[in-house]
Amino acid sequence: MATDLSSYLGLLSFGDKGWGDEFLAGAWMTIQISVSGYAIGMALGLCGAWGKLSGNKVSFWISESYTTIIRAVPELLLIILLYYTGTTALRNLLVMIGFGEDVQVNAFAAAAGTLGFVQGAYTTEVFRGAMLSVPKGQLEAAKAYGMSASLRFRRIMFPLMFRYALPGLSNLWVSILKDSSLISVVGFSELLFSGKTAAASTKDYFFFYLATAAMFLLLTVMSNVGIHFVERRLMRGVRRA
Amino acid sequence: MSLDFFLGMFPKLLHGTYITLVILLLSGLIGNALAVGVALGRVSKNPIVNSTSYFYTLLMRGTPLLVQIYLLYYGLGSIFSHTPAIRQSFLWPYLRDGFWYGVVALSLNTAGYSGEVLRGGILAVPHGEIEAARAFGMSKWLMLRRVTLPRAIRICLPTLVGETILLLKSTPLVSTITVLDMMGTANYIRVQTFRVYEPLLSAALIYIFLTFVLTRIFRWVERRLNRDRVEPVQIAATAAPSPDLQPNL
Repeated sequence: MATDLSSYLGLLSFGDKGWGDEFLAGAWMTIQISVSGYAIGMALGLCGAWGKLSGNKVSFWISESYTTIIRAVPELLLIILLYYTGTTALRNLLVMIGFGEDVQVNAFAAAAGTLGFVQGAYTTEVFRGAMLSVPKGQLEAAKAYGMSASLRFRRIMFPLMFRYALPGLSNLWVSILKDSSLISVVGFSELLFSGKTAAASTKDYFFFYLATAAMFLLLTVMSNVGIHFVERRLMRGVRRA
Repeated sequence: MSLDFFLGMFPKLLHGTYITLVILLLSGLIGNALAVGVALGRVSKNPIVNSTSYFYTLLMRGTPLLVQIYLLYYGLGSIFSHTPAIRQSFLWPYLRDGFWYGVVALSLNTAGYSGEVLRGGILAVPHGEIEAARAFGMSKWLMLRRVTLPRAIRICLPTLVGETILLLKSTPLVSTITVLDMMGTANYIRVQTFRVYEPLLSAALIYIFLTFVLTRIFRWVERRLNRDRVEPVQIAATAAPSPDLQPNL
């Protein structure tokens, strides 16, 4: 165990002796899986919200059960369940349709897919609420102009809906950033996992978990600053009281 | 998949459910009690108190709960176990057990989240009611106890209920520090028997059931506490989008 301040700082240095470079690599991996998971969640969320609002009964029930089940089950359980069973199922499927004898599912893809699938349920609800707040007249006017459904979505629905969705989406970004730490439980190497490895090999548990927490705090605070700017930019055309 | 396997697994999972509920109850009570302090600190005019509680909520909401749990259990725990005075004290049996670290971590975390919610509730108490209480000559604490807090809690009750459901969904994290709650039990069975689907899916079903029952109970509590309002106020469904979000055409 380290004893004084300079030896603690030495623990965070780069190179063979310190853990600084491992920490930075972990933080970078956390950002990567969070961004990928967020993107997957956005795609699923748009599909889910469309499924809920399109008026089709089948798609409604599929999206409704997706959001209900995912949001009622703890994230940790979902992540363990999806990470183990999802990769096995995908591998069996790929082998079955003839992608070779044994296919290894990339750990990064499995992690990002798992996080994204969970996040998608929450994103669906955010998008659904936002789509419902778009004034009906706007969509009717677009229809009256003879815009096609996809053009209507691209030019009217999406830009208008996005403003209402923004606060919810910002919260979801911060939450996926933090939830991505759960993926360390299945042995995927990200920020918390590097902290865990460093703590276990130096026995400086308190110091390294504190450093991990500080790193996460830095990421969330930086995100909040970024979100503030995006929000201000997107709200330029909105009258404020 | 056999019936025997399920019958053998079920009592274990039930005991895990009991542990989960105990953790939920303890950390919900302690966490929300602490949240009152955090919220009062956040609305305090004293800059030191105010910034301390702001920093506290920032810490709790800005770092993952799993990191907080590890920091307490492995971090503080390793310091405790290297301190002879603590090792020999009567508290050591508690300070060795993951259960109490889990309860403390969850309580502190809830205090951060619910404190921020309660702060919103306190700020939303109608001004006239506080003025009326002052006009009655109520002292600061009496006003807090009789007017501000009861009103604030009722105002943000739906959000606090949501936080409690989130707390239920956070309890499985204690399984990572050796606590055999429901998630821990299911994971233990998975590791012991090499069966993934049966224990984990059963646990998922029990969590869905618990969420359902808890929402029902809280809905009943909400209706009881808001008996003076004949019709529950429906804001989201009927009201038009708020005017400040209208496009500036």
